[in-house]
Amino acid sequence: MAIGQPPTGHRRHVDFSRTSRTAVVLVCVVLGMMLALQLKVQANLKKELPQQRVEELTTRLKAVEEERDKLQDEVADLRVKLAQAALGKNAISSLESELMKARIMAGLVEVTGPGVVVRMDDSNRQIKPGEDPSAFIIHDDDILNVLNELYASGAEAISINGERVVASTEIRCVGPTISVNNTRIAPPIEITAIGDPETLDRGLKMRGGVVESLSFWGIEVLVKKEPVVVVPAYKGPLNFKYAKPITPQKPDAGENARSEP
Amino acid sequence: MWWAFAGLLAGLLIGLYLPIHIPVTYARYLSIAVLAALDTAFGGMRASTEGEFDNFVFISGFFSNILVAALLTYIGDRLGVDIYMAVVFALGYRMFQNVGRMRHSAMKISGKKRNLPGGK
Repeated sequence: MAIGQPPTGHRRHVDFSRTSRTAVVLVCVVLGMMLALQLKVQANLKKELPQQRVEELTTRLKAVEEERDKLQDEVADLRVKLAQAALGKNAISSLESELMKARIMAGLVEVTGPGVVVRMDDSNRQIKPGEDPSAFIIHDDDILNVLNELYASGAEAISINGERVVASTEIRCVGPTISVNNTRIAPPIEITAIGDPETLDRGLKMRGGVVESLSFWGIEVLVKKEPVVVVPAYKGPLNFKYAKPITPQKPDAGENARSEP
Repeated sequence: MWWAFAGLLAGLLIGLYLPIHIPVTYARYLSIAVLAALDTAFGGMRASTEGEFDNFVFISGFFSNILVAALLTYIGDRLGVDIYMAVVFALGYRMFQNVGRMRHSAMKISGKKRNLPGGK
């Protein structure tokens, strides 16, 4: 190329002769290959890897959930049989009401009455760089705080997204979801509680209380007072593998009562 | 210059169609190495527009930059220090400098007489 600067122009002419040209081409080929490989890796990263894992986990999860549903059906079936048996024996009415109370306490029957419905959802606030995103989502202890407050305000029966809270109910973060009665739930979370709606509402909205501290993180907590709410029965199995009663007074009050007098 | 682009294109095609896959664990080293290679390529372009192109310097710089960049990243991983950031900053800065100098010299030349040097 003819250029207005003789010295530089000359040198370049000399340098871009055959050997250097092939070298440059070689280097460019290597560079192109590296670029292409990198592009491929990035493309793979984006789609293949997580998808495979997700698929594998989804199939496993589905299988396990089907199994659980089958077992739940079995439990419901057996419970109906048990109730029929208890009725058929014509048990004493006071004992029966006692049994009913115990069953409500244990969460084995569906109950209804006045109460509140608490709706919680993850914060939709924009997270600024440097802020911990996990502070803006609902964790197990947030739900536990709400539950605790509800019970403290006199709630008699509580369910979380249709899962009755019983003595053995766990509330625990499992990955991005929360496990309640071994069922995974995800926000929005709806907690139904039976009790005096006014008291429950005030308990939650107390100054410095649970709603206030959660709304600091932008987590939405909506408390709705309802004249009638329904809390479903506990659907899980009642198996006691390790715990044995000490006195022969079994939780199964029906049969026990008959044999004693 | 045309040869270089032809080579780049050929390399891209080869890389895309060869059934080579880099394991994800090493993808980070490759990305840093690509950055180093790009930097050297820009450096070479700059040198050739300024007429200071030296074949040996270019080739050796190309490969040694790649190796050093990947090595630094590896050491950083071992030590738990983000040395790769230093590599990214240094190479990124140099790339912008090289492009800037190319632009300057191109403007000088076009101001004197001709348009962009084609480097044949």
